[in-house]
Amino acid sequence: MQNNSNTDSICEKQSWISYILHLADTTLILAQRNSEWCAHGPILEQDIAITNISLDLLGQSRNFYQHAASLLNAQDDIKHVTEDSLAYLRTEREFKNLLITELTNGDWAQSVLRQFFLSVYQSLLYDELQKSTDKQLAAIAEKSLKEITYHVKWSSEWVIRLGDGTAESNSRLKKALNTLWEYTGELFIPSDYEVECTRAGIAPELASLQEKWMQAIGDVLTEATLSIPVNGYMHTGGKNGIHTEHLGYILSEMQSLQRTYPGAEW
Amino acid sequence: MPDITENKIFSILNEVCDPEVPVLTILDLGIVRDVKYNGDEVEVIITPTYSGCPAMDMISMDIRSRLAEHGYKKTKITSVLSPAWTTDWMSADGKKKLIEYGIAAPRFSGNISTDNIECPQCKSTNTKLLSQFGSTACKALYQCNDCKEPFDYFKCH
Repeated sequence: MQNNSNTDSICEKQSWISYILHLADTTLILAQRNSEWCAHGPILEQDIAITNISLDLLGQSRNFYQHAASLLNAQDDIKHVTEDSLAYLRTEREFKNLLITELTNGDWAQSVLRQFFLSVYQSLLYDELQKSTDKQLAAIAEKSLKEITYHVKWSSEWVIRLGDGTAESNSRLKKALNTLWEYTGELFIPSDYEVECTRAGIAPELASLQEKWMQAIGDVLTEATLSIPVNGYMHTGGKNGIHTEHLGYILSEMQSLQRTYPGAEW
Repeated sequence: MPDITENKIFSILNEVCDPEVPVLTILDLGIVRDVKYNGDEVEVIITPTYSGCPAMDMISMDIRSRLAEHGYKKTKITSVLSPAWTTDWMSADGKKKLIEYGIAAPRFSGNISTDNIECPQCKSTNTKLLSQFGSTACKALYQCNDCKEPFDYFKCH
């Protein structure tokens, strides 16, 4: 383990672990949703592209889960956990992913727009996380950033192509924007554990990312002939385990094998 | 530990190939960070190419079994993420083997431009990107405008 021992004392350990699980769950659920496009993509190359992105995200989530597991296992009062038990054996209320990741895929416009929102968010967040006092978290961020650079490029090109495309593609992207926008506020509203981790230097301050995110999103949407919607009601809850109806369905599919045949392996 | 042992371990590691790009050994790929000796245990420190690369688990298994065949029964594989792997660590020999195998070799990292990638078949740089993501996470799909052959490009990373 490569954790800074200072981090241990400053931050309540539970908040630290919750934060890593929040990052892990967000990445895993987004990977799971994107993987639903496998064999359903509009054309073969793009089917391969979105599932490759899904694979990158799955790998990143494994790194986060392994890190969380090593911290949890260092505690005496906890039974042994693994990356697999964290992914497959926790319940809906224990998942801390952003709500936007669990929403159904909708059409291609909605899926690529969500990927774009999150790729830009991750690129800003992980860039800051490289300075985290948690050295392993910083290493995961450094590694993930290289992959995310390609995700940002791919997804922003698609947003522009659809927005500045045909009347049909433009109206679909507009609809996607209106559907997804009310889930973007949660990206920047910190949970209690994030506030505590920010204080301990583990996590960056989310508010500091928001302006850059809006700028980057606005630039691409302008090129796509769309504009940022007016901020209205924003949904929250995912970070604290309060989810939409959609998460239960994903988990039941994703976890069914391990729940039915505990410990099953390839 | 005498040098000869270190050379021996590295020559064994040079027999372990990437399961998805079998012309490259793991030394060509540049994913072996270090080898350490903890008593009678050999520790091999590797770094993943991509976070989600399914070949990594297989590579770890291959390292273990190859070392065991040579009598090194106690092995430990440690994965280290930072500094993050870059295609700049790929050996010159590795890049040559890639091209001969029909895969365009990566440029220097940070250059994610999609222009003028050289066709591994006819060497023309008049090529076009078909998809940023190819048959594996590490490759993009291109086509040569001159000889018309489609080909994989090992993305710089």
